[in-house]
Amino acid sequence: MMEITEGSHAVAEAVRLCRPQVIAAYPITPQTHIVEALADMVANCKLDADYITVDSEFSALSACLGASAAGSRTYSATTSQGLALMFEVCFNVAGMRLPIVMSITNRALGAPLSIWNDQQDSISLRDSGWIQFYAEDNQEATDLHIIAYRVAEDFSILLPAFVCFDGFILSHTYEPIDILSQEDVDKFLPKFTPYQRLDAADPISFGMYATPDYYLEFRYETDCALKRAKGVIQKVGKEFGTMFGRDYSALVEGYRLDDAETAIVAMGSICGTVKDAIDEMRDAGKKVGLLKIRVFRPFPDDEIAQALSKVQRVAVLDKDISLGSKGAVALEVRDALYKTGIPVKGYILGLGGRDVRKKDIKEIVSLVEKGIGDQFFGLRKELL
Amino acid sequence: MALAIGCRAKPGKSRDNKTGSWRVFKPIFNHEKCSQCGLCQTICPEGCIHEEEEGFLNPDYTYCKGCGLCSEECPSEAIEMKQEEK
Amino acid sequence: MVDKAIELFDCGHRACGGCGAALAARLVMKGAGKNTIVVSATGCMEVFSTPYPETAWKVPWIHSLFENASAVASGIEASLKMQGREEKVVIMAGDGATFDIGMICISGAFERGHDFTYICYDNEAYMNTGIQRSGATPYDASTTTSPSGSCSFGNKLPKKDMPQILAAHGAPYVATASIAYPADLMQKIEKAVRTKGPCYVQVHAPCCTGWGFEGEQTIAIAKLAIETGLWVNYEMVDGKVSKVKKVVRKPVEEYLKTQKRFRHLFKPTRQDAEIAHIQSIADKNAEKYGIDIKLKKE
Repeated sequence: MMEITEGSHAVAEAVRLCRPQVIAAYPITPQTHIVEALADMVANCKLDADYITVDSEFSALSACLGASAAGSRTYSATTSQGLALMFEVCFNVAGMRLPIVMSITNRALGAPLSIWNDQQDSISLRDSGWIQFYAEDNQEATDLHIIAYRVAEDFSILLPAFVCFDGFILSHTYEPIDILSQEDVDKFLPKFTPYQRLDAADPISFGMYATPDYYLEFRYETDCALKRAKGVIQKVGKEFGTMFGRDYSALVEGYRLDDAETAIVAMGSICGTVKDAIDEMRDAGKKVGLLKIRVFRPFPDDEIAQALSKVQRVAVLDKDISLGSKGAVALEVRDALYKTGIPVKGYILGLGGRDVRKKDIKEIVSLVEKGIGDQFFGLRKELL
Repeated sequence: MALAIGCRAKPGKSRDNKTGSWRVFKPIFNHEKCSQCGLCQTICPEGCIHEEEEGFLNPDYTYCKGCGLCSEECPSEAIEMKQEEK
Repeated sequence: MVDKAIELFDCGHRACGGCGAALAARLVMKGAGKNTIVVSATGCMEVFSTPYPETAWKVPWIHSLFENASAVASGIEASLKMQGREEKVVIMAGDGATFDIGMICISGAFERGHDFTYICYDNEAYMNTGIQRSGATPYDASTTTSPSGSCSFGNKLPKKDMPQILAAHGAPYVATASIAYPADLMQKIEKAVRTKGPCYVQVHAPCCTGWGFEGEQTIAIAKLAIETGLWVNYEMVDGKVSKVKKVVRKPVEEYLKTQKRFRHLFKPTRQDAEIAHIQSIADKNAEKYGIDIKLKKE
């Protein structure tokens, strides 16, 4: 059913439809509207879940870890500093192979303190073993939560998943969104069945430590599982499309890319701005296209190489920076294209909520055409 | 043996580690002095002292580390620690 | 009911010979019973009992991190409740995980009132990492981060009163126990597990390696701690102290001189002022809890 609703509320609805049994979350801007909405649902018997009002994000994810191991579908949401506080637990959840789903309303990391959007928070957790989805709009953010549970809980995967959507830009924006019915979601996402659980009738030790004789193989297996998730996302995303008309089988999605000479690669809500800029550039005769990365982990390297095989140059937009190096997305896209020899330039932009406008995208295209890149974009020179 | 997903295991596997090899002193149980009070069994950190027929207690030398706690605490002085011969 | 015969902590674990914590694990499980899910914090007990795949636990067991055991337990309890399951949740954590790094998670979990039992096996320092001081380390104990030296008598800070802190959170049942009194310990665990809400039992578990004594002395030393008044066994039901273990007190010196961590109080020269200060700690304990058995003068 189409509703004009705020992104956070639509996501909370999607989470409700997934029937999590335990929710543990700690409020942080701009995630609050999601967890407030869920608390309200629990308080009004619209969601049969135990909602734990924890003392910190660290406890939030730790409680989800325990609940998941005990055999419940669990949910949390956070952003920025909260995600940073969860850092240790994030690695733990993935290594323990617990299929927790968590929303990330992407926000900058301090210092300096900033409540505004970029993607430094989740990007910084890229090595943790979580599947990472990035949504362009709120319809996608909503649908991806339902897909994330299916993928995470697949017995061939058993890994946690972030569903990332840009803080404020999406989380606080009203858009018309198709909210699925409970009946439909129940058909797509079966009742939670844990692969194994803490159970006195069948005791298992969870979270043992590994000596050097075993650790390397455990890391290898977790990496294999995360890479296997590609295929499961494709399968599950397609099934979602067949059932509800919105196909999420592609890990990357091209826009006017077929005959493009210049490709822009981006993640998240910025893709909407890029598409508008491309339309205008196309009208002016420039052959520009977009490759949107929807799934950053597992990293779709082959898919990117294939999608960009015919372009002459690539501009990667990073709302993050691996300080002392480059944007994380640019580094990985360049790696994916290494064999092709196609030049890749990275642009660090939009950090801490700085607006990125259509004219900025056009300027980046002219920069990459001149071979200028691997730099911050949009700096206020008068401050430096 | 294939790895268990998520570094998990079912009970029983610690028994593969035969800690009796650590022993330097060996407790010798004198059943004539033993009052069968069971204190040694209760306080053994290994849980490797078992009641056998007629209520007498004996350590499982496969796991006994020879710490001597049983000998020290036995109210009947029925457990003597002897140098392990290897 | 305590089932003395049940063994839920298996042989083959890698604790030192004479380990107080290993004995505590065995006894706690006898008190808790097999319908229990154990949550361990990172620490000596976790490490000596679970190198993959050699688990010593015969009950469902989980370890996540050093500081989050009570948050993990909160989630487990919530999950069990939602599933309508009856298992009991028992946390096993050392004093470092409890007194120091786990405090925020513990405070949150006790405030929320989850139905679990938190057991701190207290060996009074970070033993797993090599005997560094914790908030549970007693005054003047020499540890690797509070070493005695030419201008130091060791740890200058008092032991934190965790039972009181958790009682102040509204815990319905708080108790202290010692591996030297197994029957009492098992009964307290059984009572804590049976009591609804967040309960706390702090178990004195001497560490032969960390304190510097031979493994066969573990129980004797734990007993001396009680007999000198440096450790007091009691219960707190709804915050009210009861069932205090009374003793005919011995001078603290008898306890201190058994352990290398206090050796600097006697060698090379006897430190009367320091020993007197520790005696005053025991005297305060005795007064606060009323542990002294008054003998009739002959």
